Amino acid sequence: MFPTPIQQRSRASQFSYQVFLPIALVLWLLPLIAVMIFSVKPDGDFVKGNFWGLPSSFEFFNNYGRVFFASDMPQYLLNSVFITVPTVIGAVALSSMTGFALGVYKFRGNLLIFFMFIAGNFVPFQILMVPVRDLTVNLNLYDTKLGLILFHIAFQTGFCTLFMRNFIRALPFSLIEAARVEGVAEWKIFVYVVLPLMKPAIAALSVLIFTFIWNDYFWAIVLTQGPDAQPVTAGITAFNSQYRAAYHMMSAGSIVAAIPPVFMFFLMQKHFIAGLTLGAVK
Amino acid sequence: MSSALTQPSKFKSWYRKNDIAITPWLFLLPAVLFFATYVIVPIGQSFWISFHMWDGLGEKTFVGMDNYERLLGLGDQKMDRKFETSFWNNIKWLLLYLLAIPMGLFIALFLNQTVTGIRLYKSLFFFPFVISQVVVGLVFSWFYLPNDGLFDVIMGWFGVDIRGGVLGNPNTATYGIIAAGLWPQTAYCMILYLTGLNSVDPEQVEAGRLDGAKGFRMLWYVILPQLRPATFIAFVVTIIGALRSFDFIAVMTNGGPFGSTRVLSFFMFEESLSEFGFRMGYGAAIAVVLFFIMLGFIAYFLYQMWRDEKEGR
Repeated sequence: MFPTPIQQRSRASQFSYQVFLPIALVLWLLPLIAVMIFSVKPDGDFVKGNFWGLPSSFEFFNNYGRVFFASDMPQYLLNSVFITVPTVIGAVALSSMTGFALGVYKFRGNLLIFFMFIAGNFVPFQILMVPVRDLTVNLNLYDTKLGLILFHIAFQTGFCTLFMRNFIRALPFSLIEAARVEGVAEWKIFVYVVLPLMKPAIAALSVLIFTFIWNDYFWAIVLTQGPDAQPVTAGITAFNSQYRAAYHMMSAGSIVAAIPPVFMFFLMQKHFIAGLTLGAVK
Repeated sequence: MSSALTQPSKFKSWYRKNDIAITPWLFLLPAVLFFATYVIVPIGQSFWISFHMWDGLGEKTFVGMDNYERLLGLGDQKMDRKFETSFWNNIKWLLLYLLAIPMGLFIALFLNQTVTGIRLYKSLFFFPFVISQVVVGLVFSWFYLPNDGLFDVIMGWFGVDIRGGVLGNPNTATYGIIAAGLWPQTAYCMILYLTGLNSVDPEQVEAGRLDGAKGFRMLWYVILPQLRPATFIAFVVTIIGALRSFDFIAVMTNGGPFGSTRVLSFFMFEESLSEFGFRMGYGAAIAVVLFFIMLGFIAYFLYQMWRDEKEGR
């Protein structure tokens, strides 16, 4: 193990490590801690210039209550859910199929198609922006959730295919051969042999894509406008213009917007990290 | 084919015979269609649009290389000042964003211990990456507020006064935004290295210790070579992230002050969908330039992956 385990070091360095760890964490998360404190402060604190001190009164229920009951926030949150969940399902479904096709079969153009998916995934969003916006307008899907969902599914399929294909390649191929010898149809091999083994990959991709799509801002402002379809990342800017310079409200709104992916992360941490660090280990 | 469809039994047997050859294509078809419509074809369309003048609604007017000439200052024109600023800001982003890699490694080394509660520490250190860039940008913009912001307060203790605040001053604004971007990016690199460190071969470390390697030498000669895959991915995601930077700029400064924080991705968005009218052709030309900058990196990444792919067989 590197660096040397702290247990093998002197008592003094063990002790200082234990002390320094929480201090480092607080320093690292200082911006977040500040927002949390902001979000429970009363309005008056900011007027009086008490930005970074302790709150003069605890206004948690008041501030968050206003976020939920006196703004468009709930609508934006719902929009985000209705955009994110179908995207996750669509992208994972499509990419488990492509992953199967590219990971199991040898045919001409296999690597070419695979690399097309990877390359498309690296492309700057801006080169897609004008045509995709135009296409969405022509399909009468501008400012709808469906318009965003369709694009997200298509784009995320690139990354998901990379992930799924590499995962399927690592599965024991003998399982598939055994099924073929038994005369099982290829699509049944996918459904009954490969798909059950892909559960960890599906879980990992689902949390990852959930976070990516939930946090998307660029496409949200390119393809939608207004509270009918916009997700919460775009909604938060509208929310902020409603509460200009009301830092306690903006903080509470930001925290509400950030919570779902954070929750997902803690819930499925193992899968999330497994997905994110794919390829970091050989 | 039509006769095969009218005779289902014949079709079925034909399908069964060619099962292995056909199935992959059937499985690929929906995703490839989707991906082509929304990703591959639009790249070509952007190239096409970049040779036109277009407001996004009416007819496109073909103008040849005009957009590029105006953008890059070809011929007797001067380079678009906004483009110049954006381009150099992109370079700053690229170079400074790479700091996330050593910083991530540093934190990973710090956290790679087995004391009680270390798992929670690791996930809390990773936290910034999970939060949307919009929220991170907002938080940092409050942190940078002139007079009231914590950063300004702390700088005040050292007698440094940045006029207009970090984000209000054209000399510091871009660096302030990059620092905000480095926060989640460092967390990402950290988690890559933590995973990499987990699989470092303990025997090699022991052998290195017996040979008297310690500290930095051990890190450089024994550990880092084994972390190569993690470093490669950290490099890929950091480069892509730097060139994609948009959210932070849109939220923190909206390109200002005086357009000093524009990067190409933001400049393109601004030109195409600005309140002063949609200049899609000019925007597309900017996107094409950005695409070519990125293409260099993409080609290199793909080449590396392709080489690994060949070795893996």
